[in-house]
Amino acid sequence: MTDLIERPLDTAPGDPHGAGDHHGHDGGHDDHGPSGILKWLTSTDHKVIGINYTVTSIIMMVIGGAFAEVIRAQLASSTSSLVTLQQYNELFTMHGSFMIYLFVGPFAFAGLANYLVPLQVGAPDMAFPRLNALSYWLYLGGSITMLLGFTASGGPAAFGWVGYAPLTSAVNAPGAGPDLWIGALMLTGFSAIFSGVNLVATIFYLRAPGMTLFRMPIFTWNMLVTGILILLAFPVLTAGLVMLYCDRHFGTHIFEVQGGGVPLLWQHIFWFWGHPEVYILALPFFGMVTDIIPVFSKKPLFGYKGMVFATLTIAALSLGVWAHHMFTTGAVLLPFFSIMSLLIAVPTGIKIFNWIGTMWGGNLHFSTAMLMSIGFVITFLIGGITGIYLASPPLDFFTHDTYFVVAHFHSVVMALTMGAFAGIYFWFPKMTGKMLHEGWGKAQFWTLFIGTQVFTFPMYLLGLHGMPRRMAVYPNNPSWQNMNDWASVGALIIGISTLLFVINVIVSYRRPIIAGDNPWDASSLEWFTSSPPPHHNFVALPPIRSERPVWDFNHPDKPALGHGHGTHAGTHPPTSADATKEVAGS
Amino acid sequence: MLLAGCQLPSFGAYQGASKTANDTYKLWQGFSVAAIIIGGGTFLFMCYVMLRYRRRAKSDSIPKQTQYNIPLEIIYTVIPILVVFGLFGATVIVENQVVANPTPSATINVSAFQWGWKFTYPGHRAVVIGQTTQNPTMVMPSNEDVRFELRSLDVVHGFYVPQFNFSRYAQPGFLNTFTFNINKPGLYKGQCTQLCGLYHSLMYFQVRVLPPAQYRAWLAAKDATTPLVNSAAQNAAVGLATSPRIPTNPAQSNGGN
Repeated sequence: MTDLIERPLDTAPGDPHGAGDHHGHDGGHDDHGPSGILKWLTSTDHKVIGINYTVTSIIMMVIGGAFAEVIRAQLASSTSSLVTLQQYNELFTMHGSFMIYLFVGPFAFAGLANYLVPLQVGAPDMAFPRLNALSYWLYLGGSITMLLGFTASGGPAAFGWVGYAPLTSAVNAPGAGPDLWIGALMLTGFSAIFSGVNLVATIFYLRAPGMTLFRMPIFTWNMLVTGILILLAFPVLTAGLVMLYCDRHFGTHIFEVQGGGVPLLWQHIFWFWGHPEVYILALPFFGMVTDIIPVFSKKPLFGYKGMVFATLTIAALSLGVWAHHMFTTGAVLLPFFSIMSLLIAVPTGIKIFNWIGTMWGGNLHFSTAMLMSIGFVITFLIGGITGIYLASPPLDFFTHDTYFVVAHFHSVVMALTMGAFAGIYFWFPKMTGKMLHEGWGKAQFWTLFIGTQVFTFPMYLLGLHGMPRRMAVYPNNPSWQNMNDWASVGALIIGISTLLFVINVIVSYRRPIIAGDNPWDASSLEWFTSSPPPHHNFVALPPIRSERPVWDFNHPDKPALGHGHGTHAGTHPPTSADATKEVAGS
Repeated sequence: MLLAGCQLPSFGAYQGASKTANDTYKLWQGFSVAAIIIGGGTFLFMCYVMLRYRRRAKSDSIPKQTQYNIPLEIIYTVIPILVVFGLFGATVIVENQVVANPTPSATINVSAFQWGWKFTYPGHRAVVIGQTTQNPTMVMPSNEDVRFELRSLDVVHGFYVPQFNFSRYAQPGFLNTFTFNINKPGLYKGQCTQLCGLYHSLMYFQVRVLPPAQYRAWLAAKDATTPLVNSAAQNAAVGLATSPRIPTNPAQSNGGN
């Protein structure tokens, strides 16, 4: 009996320098292939690409965040002339575009997912490494294209990140800026599609022996569903962008009334991508938090299968809710889109109850990653509940396009940002071999969490008091002024939290604390290999007999219990008992 | 739930200047009560769990590895479904009143354009038109069903009167129709909600709701003082071209002050 499944690998145990690397196409994570900047530029290793994506997307977050700080500075006074009206329109367009297209999505489904999915399923790399590299290059090219908008003579796009036709027409939005925006979206869109292909193929075809679908970590499950959603949604956006470009330059009238076109069609196309996109953004972070909370509770995830079905239900429903963004068009079937949207609350609620159920009876360790996860759950709860209001057409009628909506989706995306930092704090040791400093981390968490609530709560009230979104100046109304000031203070606190993160990374590199393979006593496969992992990830794998192979290996006497029977026979096939005995006996 | 709404706090929303707006307000209250019970309860329960099961004195003891409790999971699936259908039922009842289009006693045409509003009264000469710094004040009767026909002359705009608890897009090539029956005469602020270009933040209007007799008097006086000119000339008077507006280089404009 052996306690490890030996796998054919390039790198022999004890030989971290990969003497057996014969793959000429690989960039080489160790001593083969180019090193330094060229390694980062040419690698096809999923870990290198994953870090490229993560770092690039965080830079985009900082740029997008800087735009937000200027926006909030402008709004701190009702008659501020810090920026012109045109500059203001450009700023919020670019803020939204950077955060949605260049940060939240790429960070999740191409940054951490790229790094983690092959590790979590026990694979040596993504299914299509070169496509993966292309994916990153398209993303980087798209990000640069978006930035180049600022060099255009008429300035960058200024029609909002949703670009409602016909404000995007050649007449209403002349110049190269909007074209660069379209180009950037197409490039990052293709990048997302290729990432989706890679995720789905990797998860379906490269799982290690024993890694059945229902033994995958929830993060990997969510990335599978995210990958499928990307493949369903992103081509629709790309098609819409082609139509828009044709309208602007080739004399078509798809979105223009003058030629018999239908401007409303853009909204349908955009939101048919845009609402699944909300879940393309959210599901990876749900997955991260679902992987993190059990580790710091020292328990298995409560309701693992319910979690998977909740994810699948969210994904299915998310394809039928797009028109809840269009209730006030007067051109959509209100009750259908209302009930579909309301129903999404059910699987989302199941997730929240499962997270609480995981903590129930646990031994909770409030590390920064755990705090960020809890901050995510609480902030997402707020964003989710205000989303339920918006799913009701009569309530949407008077909150639509007001600050209530701005507050709602900022609660959601700030929750996702906390999820992102939960992921960073949790997996940074695996990616770098070094721990992030917990003291700075906790300072960052509290500023981020408190800043977020100080930032969003006044905006909910502003919306209810009738302040529409996207206003560079507003009437000199004391209560609006007051609430805007509070929101600006919150935004400033959030800015400080980002600064604390940067300091933390610098401190952690200057005075490294070595992480070891499994600093958190975590349970999924990536914690079985070294930190950072060797070139093709694993020297050996433990037996995979449950969704916690590393836990089973380290704690053979503490398997997950079934349906309250006090044995572990209820949820696992009989082999589970044999496998743990096998390990224990060796 | 809707009847009980009267004694509840406003939760930040306007009570509404019409019966349907007030129904919307009560729906808002109902949703808020549900949100506070469910969301607040979940939050407090979560805090309780975090306090009760926090790690004490660096103890690394491994707790019971419970993973499933099927009856519990079914309960917290079924109860939210019931709540959702309750909220949906209330939504549909209110929604049907809000979007109802009864036979009106007056009709007002609203045209949104970059960056202002034009209100005309079919069968009358009266026109109210204004843009950016000269906000128009539309006048309408109280306690009557007034139908609004909303259009856009260029891009998408949003017709929004906060105290009416209602907004609707004004879209090019698309006619939107809705009815207000305002029961509280007064002056209300309105504004464009949908980003429509450079001067979006300045695209205000006002609504003056008058008792029917005063409204008819206003309309007659307005008819008498409005010269009989064609629509194009009225538009030209406020700088509104009949063809889509071609902006002068907006990058150099600063409307911030």
